[in-house]
Amino acid sequence: MRVVLFLFGVLLLSSCGSSDTWGWYVVNPMTPSGWVNIRFLINGMGATVLLSVIAASISIVLGLLVALPALSEHRGIRAINRVYVEVIRAIPLLPMLFWVFYGLPIVFKSMGLNIQIDPFWGAIITLALSDSAFTAEIYRAGIQSIAKGQSEAAKTVGLNYLQTMRYVILPQAIRRILPPLANQFIYIVKMSAFASVIGMQELTRRANELVVTEYRPLEIYSLLIVEYLVLVLIISAAVRWLERKMGSDERG
Amino acid sequence: MTQNAIEMVNVDKWFGDFQVLKGINLNVQSGERVVICGPSGSGKSTVVRCINRLEAHQKGVIKIGGVVQDGSAAALEAIRSEVGMVFQQFNLFPHLSVMENLVLGPMKARGMSRQQAEERAMEYLERVRIPEQAFKRPSQLSGGQQQRVAIARSLCMEPKVMLFDEPTSALDPEMISEVLDVIVELAEEGMTMVVVTHEMGFARKVADKMVFMDAGEIIETGTAGDFFSAPKSERTQAFLQQILQH
Repeated sequence: MRVVLFLFGVLLLSSCGSSDTWGWYVVNPMTPSGWVNIRFLINGMGATVLLSVIAASISIVLGLLVALPALSEHRGIRAINRVYVEVIRAIPLLPMLFWVFYGLPIVFKSMGLNIQIDPFWGAIITLALSDSAFTAEIYRAGIQSIAKGQSEAAKTVGLNYLQTMRYVILPQAIRRILPPLANQFIYIVKMSAFASVIGMQELTRRANELVVTEYRPLEIYSLLIVEYLVLVLIISAAVRWLERKMGSDERG
Repeated sequence: MTQNAIEMVNVDKWFGDFQVLKGINLNVQSGERVVICGPSGSGKSTVVRCINRLEAHQKGVIKIGGVVQDGSAAALEAIRSEVGMVFQQFNLFPHLSVMENLVLGPMKARGMSRQQAEERAMEYLERVRIPEQAFKRPSQLSGGQQQRVAIARSLCMEPKVMLFDEPTSALDPEMISEVLDVIVELAEEGMTMVVVTHEMGFARKVADKMVFMDAGEIIETGTAGDFFSAPKSERTQAFLQQILQH
């Protein structure tokens, strides 16, 4: 946090020297108009957080469901995982967002369903779907890193597949996959900025709208970057705390 | 009629193109103690792993307590509830305490209440002489203690047959006897068991039947007395000479 404030301070100070490069008045909290602008920008925070949290939650469940077939002994079942991961992973986020937002309602309509997709859910569906392929690979790596002897021992004390996963494999795997999952969550927070292009009122959209009326892209986008930085640093701190609690930072 | 606890008839198994088991015939009667020995890679661990279907065999018949092991869910359930297994690498669950390791199977697979399961667990921990370690993590125990916990964990399922796959091979020498003592005690109580081991002193003490394997085949079977004093096959003689030299 101190580093952030310091960097922000340096930017502010440098504006004193050349007043035509920087025009911090646009987001100066001491003036009424600047304060209104800051509030307008920061109000997008809620949407960004909500979008990210819901998308990540769906992705965490969906990713596990996609990962499990990868562990099967049957080639056909493993193929389900492979096809899903390869296809979803290959689609860039922005085209997928357009397809879901503009294309999917047409698909629904042709099926006789009248389902409208608003920007909020369009963004969530896209982020969750796109991210689930990556989450699935994280789960697969985590589960496969648990020694085979663990599931064998679980079998010999009578546990079935689901019990083995729930009581023996996943509790051990989750400690190992928490750091990469957190990484993936931070990625979602950043990728949620794409939701701005379909009209979702989140951080980036609000910055864009303010730039159009105020003509001060440098200051407004600087503040936008700081907003994401603060958000990500808070998430990082929370994950560190969680890792300590679950012992992910220990060896073994 | 005494029923065979384990019956293997002409069992073949391949890993890919490599044949690990060639026409294995082995009967284990209820209450019998069988020790399997042989050089590494001879397939002795695979025999044990096929018995409780950690590995699937491709040809032949394996019957456990009269149930033909065909890979069906019903057969699998019958086998797993009759057969306990102790691994070379212990395979305790590292994220659970010793007590939780012991009650997991009885509670989740058998639907036993926690209180009942814990009482039973303490009973078996006392039998393997480490009741005071009940609430520690496996990583806080010595190798010998961990293996005794693993034995207790299997016994908590009250199996009719116990399989031991090189139970002392991963242990420091000074811990081998504390584990073997526990197995000997079990043998004396009449537990049916199949033990894969290189501990020939132990084998001489407990084995009703000795089995020598090499290159996926059973080369020789005999009583412990005959096996050690008058091995028939040359390969058995060579193996015993090597292993008993020092």
